[in-house]
Amino acid sequence: MKIRIANGRVVDPAHRIDRVQDVFIAGGKIAAVGQAPDGFAAERTLAADGLVVAPGLIDLAARLREPGFEYRATLESELEAAMAGGVTSVAIPPDTDPVLDEPGLVEMLCYRAKKLNRAHIYPVGALTIALKGERLSEMAELVEAGCVAFSQANEPIVDHMVLLRAMQYAATFGFRVWLQPLSHFLTRGGFAHDGEVANRLGLAGIPVAAETVALFAYLQLARITGARLHITRLSSAEGLALIEQARGEGMDVTCDVSINHLHLCDRDIGHFNTHCHLVPPLRGQQDRDALARGLADGRIDALCSDHTPVDDDHKLKPFSESEPGATGLELLLPLTLKWAAEYELPLPVALARITSDAARLVGITKAGHLAPGARADVCVFDPAARSVVSRDSLKSQGKNTPFLGEELPGQVRYTLVEGQLMFER
Amino acid sequence: MHNPQINRHGELQHLLTLDGLPREVIVGILDHAAPFTEVAEREVKKLPLLRGKSIFNLFFENSTRTRTTFEIAAKRLTADVVNLNVSTSSTAKGESLLDTIDNLCAMHADMFVVRHAASGAPVLIAQHLQAAGRDHIHVINAGDGRHAHPTQGLLDMYTIRHYKHDFGNLVIAIVGDVLHSRVARSQIAALATLGVPEIRVIGPRTLLPTAIDAMGVRTFSDMREGLRDVDVVMMLRLQNERMAGALLPTPQEYYKVWGLTAEKLALARPDAIVMHPGPMNRGIEIDSAVADGAQAVILPQVTFGIAVRMAVMSMLAGQ
Amino acid sequence: MQFPDAETLCQHLADQIRPSLQPNTVLIGIRTGGEWLARRLHTLLGLKEPPGAIDISFYRDDYGARGLHGRPQRTDIPFSIEDAAVILVDDVLYTGRTTRAALNEIFDFGRPASVELAVLVDRGGRELPIAARYCAHTLPEPLPASQNLQLEQTEDGNLSLRLIDA
Repeated sequence: MKIRIANGRVVDPAHRIDRVQDVFIAGGKIAAVGQAPDGFAAERTLAADGLVVAPGLIDLAARLREPGFEYRATLESELEAAMAGGVTSVAIPPDTDPVLDEPGLVEMLCYRAKKLNRAHIYPVGALTIALKGERLSEMAELVEAGCVAFSQANEPIVDHMVLLRAMQYAATFGFRVWLQPLSHFLTRGGFAHDGEVANRLGLAGIPVAAETVALFAYLQLARITGARLHITRLSSAEGLALIEQARGEGMDVTCDVSINHLHLCDRDIGHFNTHCHLVPPLRGQQDRDALARGLADGRIDALCSDHTPVDDDHKLKPFSESEPGATGLELLLPLTLKWAAEYELPLPVALARITSDAARLVGITKAGHLAPGARADVCVFDPAARSVVSRDSLKSQGKNTPFLGEELPGQVRYTLVEGQLMFER
Repeated sequence: MHNPQINRHGELQHLLTLDGLPREVIVGILDHAAPFTEVAEREVKKLPLLRGKSIFNLFFENSTRTRTTFEIAAKRLTADVVNLNVSTSSTAKGESLLDTIDNLCAMHADMFVVRHAASGAPVLIAQHLQAAGRDHIHVINAGDGRHAHPTQGLLDMYTIRHYKHDFGNLVIAIVGDVLHSRVARSQIAALATLGVPEIRVIGPRTLLPTAIDAMGVRTFSDMREGLRDVDVVMMLRLQNERMAGALLPTPQEYYKVWGLTAEKLALARPDAIVMHPGPMNRGIEIDSAVADGAQAVILPQVTFGIAVRMAVMSMLAGQ
Repeated sequence: MQFPDAETLCQHLADQIRPSLQPNTVLIGIRTGGEWLARRLHTLLGLKEPPGAIDISFYRDDYGARGLHGRPQRTDIPFSIEDAAVILVDDVLYTGRTTRAALNEIFDFGRPASVELAVLVDRGGRELPIAARYCAHTLPEPLPASQNLQLEQTEDGNLSLRLIDA
């Protein structure tokens, strides 16, 4: 189908484009931007007056809960949520059940997602078998099956020799290693940032050292092994400082932050709000501000939803017994816009963090931008519309988010995947 | 941020924590407790205030001592008391906390007295009752994790007021495992609200929270320095499992450095009182000579505790 | 409406009680008006045992509907109730509910030989089968519920009756 997206503000961060013009789509690809190609006859025209036309969003971490946690969410429900959120590509952490450590399992997941024909999925394979931190997974086979990187999700490798070897092995092929900076022993038994709020509420604390100690080890081992290290979900100012220091010494290391840690801090836990039970824990206000500034000036490469649907039964518990995680696919764009407004960032800079920058980290070249020939994954949204986050408004099966009841900017109007209109509102 | 223990009319609906409770509410409870102390001296130790009310003692964590004090308080108010040792019943069969609550609501409970190992469990129950529109049911926190033990904190305030009359010029030291202590958190919150000018905490760094300065207290590691010229010494119980967690080397060393002996107590003011929430570990946190000595007010604390719990129960049920 | 002088009524009440005094007679006043009155009667009658004072807040039958109000005070009975001839003293007798509450409370302290009721004024309006054995003054017409009759005591200890709108 040939589609013309007419008269929208086209924002393509990768190509520094920010101009009101038309986008022409044909054969699942971007045919042209600005001038219609010769003889282009649109079968459908989407009026985009007053709307922003951006590359489809790329989310570095969305747990779709399949396989293993279908009672919390399914590929169907969550890919539908992705469409509603304008997210056209998602990287999937390996902490499914069973874990993504089997090429067959990864192939099956990719096949299921392809059949559903919604967002593109990019599985992140398990670095070690069952994420146990003992034996290496079949990385080469997993990449052939579709994995784009390897990670341990939120299960740190305790044995540093295993971590060293996992990095060496990944470096053999130049595979990306995505690691969550969590020191097992400093995290164990804790539920909230070791600070004033945790102390007041009597919640066992997780010190910032849980992040920095792990980062020291990761950075040092990556330096030795030459592994392509990406640090996921930074939580602290000190953590960011360590990464900057490593870069100053010439290391090529990237990092991301979640929408929750970009906007919230431990005070938001209030009276034991389990929606704020997250991994890593929400840190202090200064940490949050440092992360928001770091993302604004590019020291933090990308922003992700860290979408983790949890069913109500596992949230309606005492804080320490509740399951960590929050839904986020549909909040990625609104929370990006909220942050951009607070820090007075130009729209292309803000959108880069969830399009072109994220694409670079996953290794996606044919999407995340709007050049002719690119995959026609497009997100068209109304930047001026505001709406309140409610259980009913969320398509995701996970209704748990600290942002419930908040009015956020930005509403997705059209989501196109490979030139097909998958969502409209 | 809605305070879950205050209802929409600004009245005390539940007693969950002393943190953030207005001064006049705390003083009001202490004032109400005073006439209840006399009831224990009567022939018939009973008042008809809660006649026909059903109070459920929900103890998800065993504590015979605390449960008994609540039971006596409720029975002296003529309430019907049901003791549920939940650690050995339904939750062991997998029932969730809120399912247990819903079931007991269906049995027409009027009040829950909750003890739970997880911080915030009574807050969750209160929020759940509010969401379900069950405004006539009250929750009393009888100790949750490390979070709060408000009735203990109140009875401690009652005891201090009884012996020292005024909070405005006292120096008070809390000694021991503050990190894991819900009692200490409730004490510090109440003492600060009641205007105690100097609150000290004394203990090894492993047993003091990292963010303790934000609570407005002075910290001491040296017992002798910390006890100097204090009016009130509030001892905390040391749990045996602290040795396993690499928090302390041995009980012997703890006693030597932080155990309250007559010799260390002599550094406090001569009229200083010694308090302990019980049960005591003699020879670990406190020497028997002090525990049984003239300055100890540990048994009066227990007696006042009944009156304070009667006051809290009758005030909540009478809203 | 004009009320007789409270001081004069006290004398009348003491005169009524005097012939019935027994060796084991004790006075218990209901806080706060009855407590003042009991102290006055104690002096007028020349009793040895100091009077008791009870606060019936915890025994009110409207607790369920209204909760605790005011600041309850200690009940203070400095003698044994067991086998005592109790004269319960209150300033004004109205519905009888306060007397009922006071009776319940007294029995929680023991088993008295007898309980009699002495009041300064009976304002009518009874809701319970309660009558005073000793009563200094009975109003000819019951007072409307909108009005409160209460005893007041000045700093120098003078007693007077006052009618206020409830």
